[in-house]
Amino acid sequence: MMAAFFAIVRRDLALSLGSGGGAGLGVVFFLSVVTVVPFAVGPDLVLLARIGPAILWIGALLASLIGLERLFAADAEDGSLDALTLSALPLELAAAAKGLAHWLATGLPLVLAAPVLALMLNLEPAAIGAVVLTLLVGTPAVTFLGLIGAAFAGAFRRGGLLIAVLVIPLAIPVLIFAVSATQAAVVGPVPFGTPFRVLLGLTLFALVLGPVAAAAALRAARS
Amino acid sequence: MAILDLANPVRFMSLSARILPWIAGAAVVTLAVGFFLAFRAPPDYQQGETVRIMYIHVPFAWLGLFGYSMMAASSIGILVWRHPLADVAHKAAAPVGATFTALCLVTGALWGRPMWGTYWVWDARLTSMLVLLLLYLGLMALRAAIDEPNRAGRAAAVLTLVGFINVPIVKFSVDWWNTLHQPASVFRMGGSTIESSLLWPLLVCAIGFTLLFLALHMLGMRTEILRRRVQALEARAAAEAMA
Repeated sequence: MMAAFFAIVRRDLALSLGSGGGAGLGVVFFLSVVTVVPFAVGPDLVLLARIGPAILWIGALLASLIGLERLFAADAEDGSLDALTLSALPLELAAAAKGLAHWLATGLPLVLAAPVLALMLNLEPAAIGAVVLTLLVGTPAVTFLGLIGAAFAGAFRRGGLLIAVLVIPLAIPVLIFAVSATQAAVVGPVPFGTPFRVLLGLTLFALVLGPVAAAAALRAARS
Repeated sequence: MAILDLANPVRFMSLSARILPWIAGAAVVTLAVGFFLAFRAPPDYQQGETVRIMYIHVPFAWLGLFGYSMMAASSIGILVWRHPLADVAHKAAAPVGATFTALCLVTGALWGRPMWGTYWVWDARLTSMLVLLLLYLGLMALRAAIDEPNRAGRAAAVLTLVGFINVPIVKFSVDWWNTLHQPASVFRMGGSTIESSLLWPLLVCAIGFTLLFLALHMLGMRTEILRRRVQALEARAAAEAMA
């Protein structure tokens, strides 16, 4: 069973990395969002340092949603979704494998790009560390909650805005605790660990909820 | 024909046809009494006359949550028993619940202007209700995006349950975020400290609006069933014309 799980992870990774632009495009989009903000709020470095963690998180959140549209849609088109549904591997685990591969291909590059973007926003080293840590822990939650939207998009061939509209309300708690943790690391008043642990809990929760709900959505669409 | 079976709840139609006028009438009477009591009630010592917004605002908030809970219960009916009536109940509840939630936000804003000096504050309760409204709108968008009613219903049911699990988490998160960012300077009404002279009109209004909600919901369900019947008949007529 684990062999099938990792086979899906490897296949999806190979597909998204091989097709080119999969991982890189998300990072470029992330960079674009972060670049746009100073033009909107002005080049005030003090202000940017203060709102920097929030900008990075909004950028990462949007960038995480971008690639989700094709996650199940491509499989639905070429018939491999049927194979996944019929295989011995529970559909929940298949969805989790696809989520993991998607995060490795698109979420992890965002985390790795974040320190550079943080420097552009004049963040202090402590804030950079906190942002990267919260992104590392929090972006899987966004990706796995996004699995739900991706399942709808794949099953019903509707994408784009619908995914964002469905997933963003669900991702609000993640955003709250991720940015709170970063703020806590820089200015307090609560210790970094308090919101960070809640963020960890939210991620663990999303890791379960996302695949289960995505599988339910895929089944609902089929029969 | 599957769609014809969908319109099967004949009993619901005959039953609701008899009950609906009574619920609607009871709603009108209760609301009339409630509004009368609300205007008779003494003005608040601190808020003056604006406290009367409470008599509609609080029921709206309650019914926004009530509507979503109803949809969550219907979702279980859709997913577990695949009951067509549950699907109709789910679909009809969405616009009614969304409207009450939106009205709650609007009346809250109108109340906030004289009381807080601003239409909108990122208060924990306001923000949670806003997220609830977003969930409602997302659900309606999802239904609108899918052509086939059966599959649309099941998809919306999955999303409703995900949202239902998430609403308490959102509430908790927003409470945390709010206490972190904003001092508790905003005027807050302690739930249990309402004077009984203000509480009674509120309860009557809440019952009246609940009856209104049920009447609108039942009307929506009837409309939806009729719509599906028409669609089924049209499909059959088209099929016969083809043959």
